[in-house]
Amino acid sequence: MSNESSTKSGSVKTGEPIIKCEEVHKWYGNFHVLRGVNMDVHKGEVVVVFGPSGSGKSTFIRCINRLEEHQKGRIIVDGIELSHDVRNIAAIRKEVGMVFQQFNLFPHLTVMQNITLGPIYVRKWNKDKAEEIAMQLLERVGIPEQAQKYPGQLSGGQQQRVAIARALAMQPKIMLFDEPTSALDPEMIKEVLEVMEELAESGMTMIVVTHEMGFARAVADTMYFFDEGQIVESGTPEEVFMNPQEDRTKLFLSQILQH
Amino acid sequence: MTFKKSDHGAVPFWRDERYLQIIAQVVVVAALLVLGYWLVHNLLTGLEALGTPLSFKFLGLTSQFDIGESMIEYSRNSTYTQALLVGLLNTIKVSFLGIVFATIFGIIVGIARLSKNWLVNKLATIYVETLRNIPLLVFLIFLSTSVFHKLPRVKDALSAWGWAFLTNRGIYIVWPQPSGGWDVYKWFLLGSFIIGFIVAAIKFREGRRTGRMPLYWLWGFVVFALLAAVSWFIAQFMAGQPMYLDFPSLQGRNFKGGKSLTPEFMAIFTGLVIYTSAFIAEVVRAGIQSVSKGQREAATAVGLSGFQTMRLVIFPQAMRVIIPPMTSQYLNLTKNSSLAIAVGYPDLFAVGSTIINQAGRAVEIILVTMGVYLTFSLLTALFMNWYNKHTQLVER
Repeated sequence: MSNESSTKSGSVKTGEPIIKCEEVHKWYGNFHVLRGVNMDVHKGEVVVVFGPSGSGKSTFIRCINRLEEHQKGRIIVDGIELSHDVRNIAAIRKEVGMVFQQFNLFPHLTVMQNITLGPIYVRKWNKDKAEEIAMQLLERVGIPEQAQKYPGQLSGGQQQRVAIARALAMQPKIMLFDEPTSALDPEMIKEVLEVMEELAESGMTMIVVTHEMGFARAVADTMYFFDEGQIVESGTPEEVFMNPQEDRTKLFLSQILQH
Repeated sequence: MTFKKSDHGAVPFWRDERYLQIIAQVVVVAALLVLGYWLVHNLLTGLEALGTPLSFKFLGLTSQFDIGESMIEYSRNSTYTQALLVGLLNTIKVSFLGIVFATIFGIIVGIARLSKNWLVNKLATIYVETLRNIPLLVFLIFLSTSVFHKLPRVKDALSAWGWAFLTNRGIYIVWPQPSGGWDVYKWFLLGSFIIGFIVAAIKFREGRRTGRMPLYWLWGFVVFALLAAVSWFIAQFMAGQPMYLDFPSLQGRNFKGGKSLTPEFMAIFTGLVIYTSAFIAEVVRAGIQSVSKGQREAATAVGLSGFQTMRLVIFPQAMRVIIPPMTSQYLNLTKNSSLAIAVGYPDLFAVGSTIINQAGRAVEIILVTMGVYLTFSLLTALFMNWYNKHTQLVER
């Protein structure tokens, strides 16, 4: 893993945050998943969200592009408030890319078609431009030779890199990663993390739900520890790893860092 | 006892699995041939003993019975062959229309079952669960005796604003009829169709080139409809009004004009459509649900609209799951149309049964009937398999 100080994205936490979450609540029936989450993310900031399973961290990032609906509180992305206004929702989805745990590539389309689908149909680019940019992205994630293959022909790590390229093709201002390496074989985790590190260094605003603590230490600007639908503790990786304040954070870290 | 290390070829053939497999197959085929020969021989000698050896010559004789409805010229002086042909065409008519309408209703109900709207969802569920669980024969007889034959008498006909009349002798609906300008207009119509087709093809190629596939069939249809509308007025100017609407009207004791549909046809047609659409609805629902939730989420996250997600991501994947069971529903509908005999609609099987009663040629007629249904089914299956291959997605 590379040297800490040089890999940090070095964002400046001044001015309006690009994502602003105030007192976000969500219920699944009677189950209170999110219990008042507050988070500000600035342009270029890399945020790592971690915590035990069922703590609401995935639900939280899925609220940011409205895959899940929050029921109380406010979420403002790039100056647009998430409400029931479908135009706002569509505008935010254009600015926010997402990478899933299970890749969710479209199995009936080639890698190239997977990547160009959004740009062609949503951004209304012509095919040549979309394919040119898709090719650049495939080179960036290191698999330009797979362009004409179908997702089923690729390894898990390659599929996840295609999924990252697909999200980037929409030229989003923000990228959300929902446990991007949890479904991967150990030897493929590294290739995906390297792509994500490169992306963080390029200045992309990222929220990453992950248990890859090496990755967090290397590139995160801020870490948030989630438990039972709340942010229990937050801070820079140094603060969280070296000097956690809360007992629950200490316990969780000791459990995942032992291995 | 010791096992010898057997070198190749030293094993006796009755212990060699390769020979045993071949021997088993030969034995089975031989047994089937013997059984088949015995059955056919038995049938032929039996018929011989009855004095009616197997022969299809009687098909050329005069039928001497009337048929309720026919798409071709037919009278009691026509031959048995012509009678069978009438039945065959009636079967094709009800099966074809049945498949088209059952597909449309099935898709609507299937999608309604996935609706988040409580009322729509529950209505669709009740539709499917009720109709799937009533035997088709019972349902058909219900439709025939309790619905279409229980409509008001002709003089009290139920009128739908004069556009349609419901009576116990049939349903009469308004229908376009060609008039003066038709001879000119039909060529305009053909031209409009060709131009519409070309526009669709151009749009399709444009879609291939740009990667953004337009709704090319919709383009073709709209162009066709517009041209047909414009050329209507040109034809009217050139040679008079091309078509007029023929309204049914009560003349004497019966309705004249328009299009008439007999209660027998309505019973078998609506019965097959409603019954089969319940199954098709389930096929469609299962197909759409087979596409994982993650696909929809990924499409949403990329920014596709609900319609685009359905059209570009969900539907192409659902089709793979939908087509094979859809094929068997089409085959079922075609075969189930033979229940028409229960409601008095003269389909192939009903006409065949009449001929059996009259000519006493059961074996021959049943052979012809089975042959026809088999041909239909194989043709449908062939087409659907071709379509399936066409939509099958290369995944690996």
